[in-house]
Amino acid sequence: MNSWETTFNQLIDALLPQLCDGEALKVSLVAEASQFTRFNHAKVRQTGNLENGSMKLTLMGNGRSTTESVSFTGEKATDWPLVTAALATLRQELPQLPEDPYLVLPDGEAHSHEVYSGELLATAAVAPTLMAKMAGLDAVGLYAGGRSVRAYADSAGQRHWFETDTFTLDYSLFTDSGQAVKGTYAGRAWDEVAYAENLTASKTLLERMTQAPKRVERGQYRTYFAPAAVAELMSMLSWGGIGEASIRRGGSALGSLQRQEKTLSSKIHLVEDFSQGQVPRFNQDGELAPLTMSLIESGRLVNTLVSARTAKEYGISSTFAEGGEYLRSPTLAAGTLADSEILAVLDTGLYVSNLHYLNWSDRPNGRITGMTRYACFWVDHGEIIAPIENLRFDDSLYNFWGDNLIDLTQSVKFIPEVGSYGYRDLGGTLVPGMLVDNFAYTL
Amino acid sequence: MTATSLRTTADPIDLLQDAIATLDLPADWVGIRATREESIYRSQRDGKPEGNQRSLQQGAMIEVLVEGQMGYAATNRLTVAGLRQAAEQAFQQAQAASPWSIYTFQPDIRPKVLGAYQSFVEKPLKTLTTRHAHDLLSRICQGLKVSDKVVQASASITAKEVDTWLVSSIGTQIHQRFSFFTPSFGATAQDGPVVQTRTNNGRGHAYQAGWEFFDLGDDLWESVHRIGEQAVELLIAPECPDMKTTLVLAPDQMMLQIHESIGHPLELDRILGDERNYAGGSFVKPGDFGNLQYGSNLLNVTFDPTVEQEFASYAFDDTGVIAERQYLIREGVLKRGLGSRESQARTGVPGVACARATAWDRPPIDRMANINVEPGDRSFGQIIGSIEDGIYMEANRSWSIDDQRFKFQFGCEYAKRIRNGELAETVRNPNYRATTPQFWGSLSQVGDRNTWQIFGTPYCGKGEPNQIIRVGHGAPVCAFNAIEVFGGAG
Repeated sequence: MNSWETTFNQLIDALLPQLCDGEALKVSLVAEASQFTRFNHAKVRQTGNLENGSMKLTLMGNGRSTTESVSFTGEKATDWPLVTAALATLRQELPQLPEDPYLVLPDGEAHSHEVYSGELLATAAVAPTLMAKMAGLDAVGLYAGGRSVRAYADSAGQRHWFETDTFTLDYSLFTDSGQAVKGTYAGRAWDEVAYAENLTASKTLLERMTQAPKRVERGQYRTYFAPAAVAELMSMLSWGGIGEASIRRGGSALGSLQRQEKTLSSKIHLVEDFSQGQVPRFNQDGELAPLTMSLIESGRLVNTLVSARTAKEYGISSTFAEGGEYLRSPTLAAGTLADSEILAVLDTGLYVSNLHYLNWSDRPNGRITGMTRYACFWVDHGEIIAPIENLRFDDSLYNFWGDNLIDLTQSVKFIPEVGSYGYRDLGGTLVPGMLVDNFAYTL
Repeated sequence: MTATSLRTTADPIDLLQDAIATLDLPADWVGIRATREESIYRSQRDGKPEGNQRSLQQGAMIEVLVEGQMGYAATNRLTVAGLRQAAEQAFQQAQAASPWSIYTFQPDIRPKVLGAYQSFVEKPLKTLTTRHAHDLLSRICQGLKVSDKVVQASASITAKEVDTWLVSSIGTQIHQRFSFFTPSFGATAQDGPVVQTRTNNGRGHAYQAGWEFFDLGDDLWESVHRIGEQAVELLIAPECPDMKTTLVLAPDQMMLQIHESIGHPLELDRILGDERNYAGGSFVKPGDFGNLQYGSNLLNVTFDPTVEQEFASYAFDDTGVIAERQYLIREGVLKRGLGSRESQARTGVPGVACARATAWDRPPIDRMANINVEPGDRSFGQIIGSIEDGIYMEANRSWSIDDQRFKFQFGCEYAKRIRNGELAETVRNPNYRATTPQFWGSLSQVGDRNTWQIFGTPYCGKGEPNQIIRVGHGAPVCAFNAIEVFGGAG
């Protein structure tokens, strides 16, 4: 596994001299060696490990561009024939393609090299370490851990390597009646004490879930959203939100904000912040994003995520976004609400720990629907009364991040990405909790 | 020894069998599932190229059963040595976890089967040349641009050829070759703050076929023009009214409705709780099978992996179980779950051949394949003609349902008011919400075979680690009584 970087560099060094005059090449790599242990009722359901990698070659020439991805094993003798075959295929296909007016050729001299070593659980230790402390609980979830790599090289000479050891333990604890709390524990070094404390906190919260749930009728309620719920809402900005291309093409919920037809609360400050090194700063064009960049300041849209391709199409400056123009390391600024005052200031309404299955119900108007999930409570005069039956909401971000936003908490929390479609996600979101008036629940 | 590509290996079955033959592990069962997936994606936006992507991904998963616990290891080093090393890792995984097994599985969860399967293809995907593909996409973008108000016209095709090989220590030998084709196009129209998008059936065209599904002559160009016209039409249409009314759904919205509120809640792994930390559980309990009145007695639902050209057809699931058509719901009564042999053993509930994995590096889990609502006996004209006041909706654009698959809210691209037995004015931003039992219980009319259409999607997400998978859904036009419908935000 340590040879991955060596092999990648050898492949690049051998590949670049193969280019003909007028050709340009970008190469990116994603690879991982991961352990996955899935459990239910505090017993192992499935367990295994994998090594996987994929190299993506983009050949450009004569105003045209085409891409092929091939498997990456980390063994040069295996990978070289696949890479050269891909180059030959791309070279054959290029002249058959229409010209691409928004082609982004490799440019620049950026280099970076970040390696974060960790202390992860050994394969044989995963099940006993996790299950022993969960014994007697109705615990369900996934441990995922291992090494992840993202890399980039191009014919302009740019080269980047990002390698990190990480783990995530994403779990739920259930009561006999089906009420649940969510816990996540993530990092680069497994800490037995931290794991125990995390589990204890979840068990304590679970005790509050043993009461019969209260049925809350549809309507508008003052609501406190814990940081995990705020992170879910903020994730919607990566899907038809903060990307410049979606705004330009009518596919964004923030079009009205950019056109200044609608406003957000002056309490909203959103920043892309790479300073924690959770994710690579380089993008699919080898560009390095600034360490921090404001997107929303005092409720005003001051920057959008602009990829080099979008920048070329519309004649604007790139903000070094990925091609998909999604948030990579977002931070929502804290407010003035003390954690100790949350229930008192909420007074009467809902305490929502998590949200589930969000979707735009009317994107141009910023309206989002979804469900409450896990530890959500009815609060009366500052006291938690009972857990609630899950509710469907349907409300606009121009309401809950607009006039209806009362405050954000003084403390912020890191919510790790735990997804693993294709490869394990990296990074996460740094967010406070938030208190909102008149949030709309519909079913 | 240099690792090989499955593309150049004479017969990958031989490689997999050679690897198994070298193993000396005290395991109850060993299996290797190898996959090679070649894909091509081409797209244009406003007549200009956006994407030209090819992919060749390959690898193998070795599963080993030890003391009732399965362990797995996945590798893309496709040599006997690489597979052997993975098998040893899988053995260690199973051995380490066996004291904490959720269930002690017997080897019969993986049967001995010999067989092969191949998608039915009229026009092989490789005969669609790069130039021809882009010519088609360019013409579609032009055709969608019916007005200056169309601010985006997009079109794409995705073609995949997937081979899977499965061998095991008890002599299983299966080879399946799939051809998948997914054409898509749509137009976005804008007039100031009003934005509307219309697509070809909610991007539900996903077939197991060649590119014959894109070579439709006049039908294709009529469809392209209509999609562009309807995107513009929606800009000035009134909002869908807020009311409780008779709702008629076209097959391209029935697809989503079946998927979310029948397919997922019937998955036995959800009912067993395996998915509670991610996708969720189910309001269905094991004791409901054979008893629960899931919908009105007009509701008949099948698991049918045998429908030619439907997206998720196959002869064997990824554990080698032979796939057969089965009724899940008959005359409204719940009969059978979507569960593999593993889930059937754990629940005692009858299931189907549905253990499927998204790729070589993920283990099989309970999955939908083709889940279809069987046709009834009402023509489209009879259904609409019988409704004094209602809403007819087409093509999904928004979907959200709770973790028990109970409370849902779905939105569509396009709708028409039904007045006095006829389709009347177009309305925009149509949405509806209900609970699953209430909704299927209100099924009042089921369209005949002439209204039945198949659609599909490659993007059904589930599982930890996460997996997406292809599903197909066939359905007729259906009508539902007293459903809450509503429009967009003002």
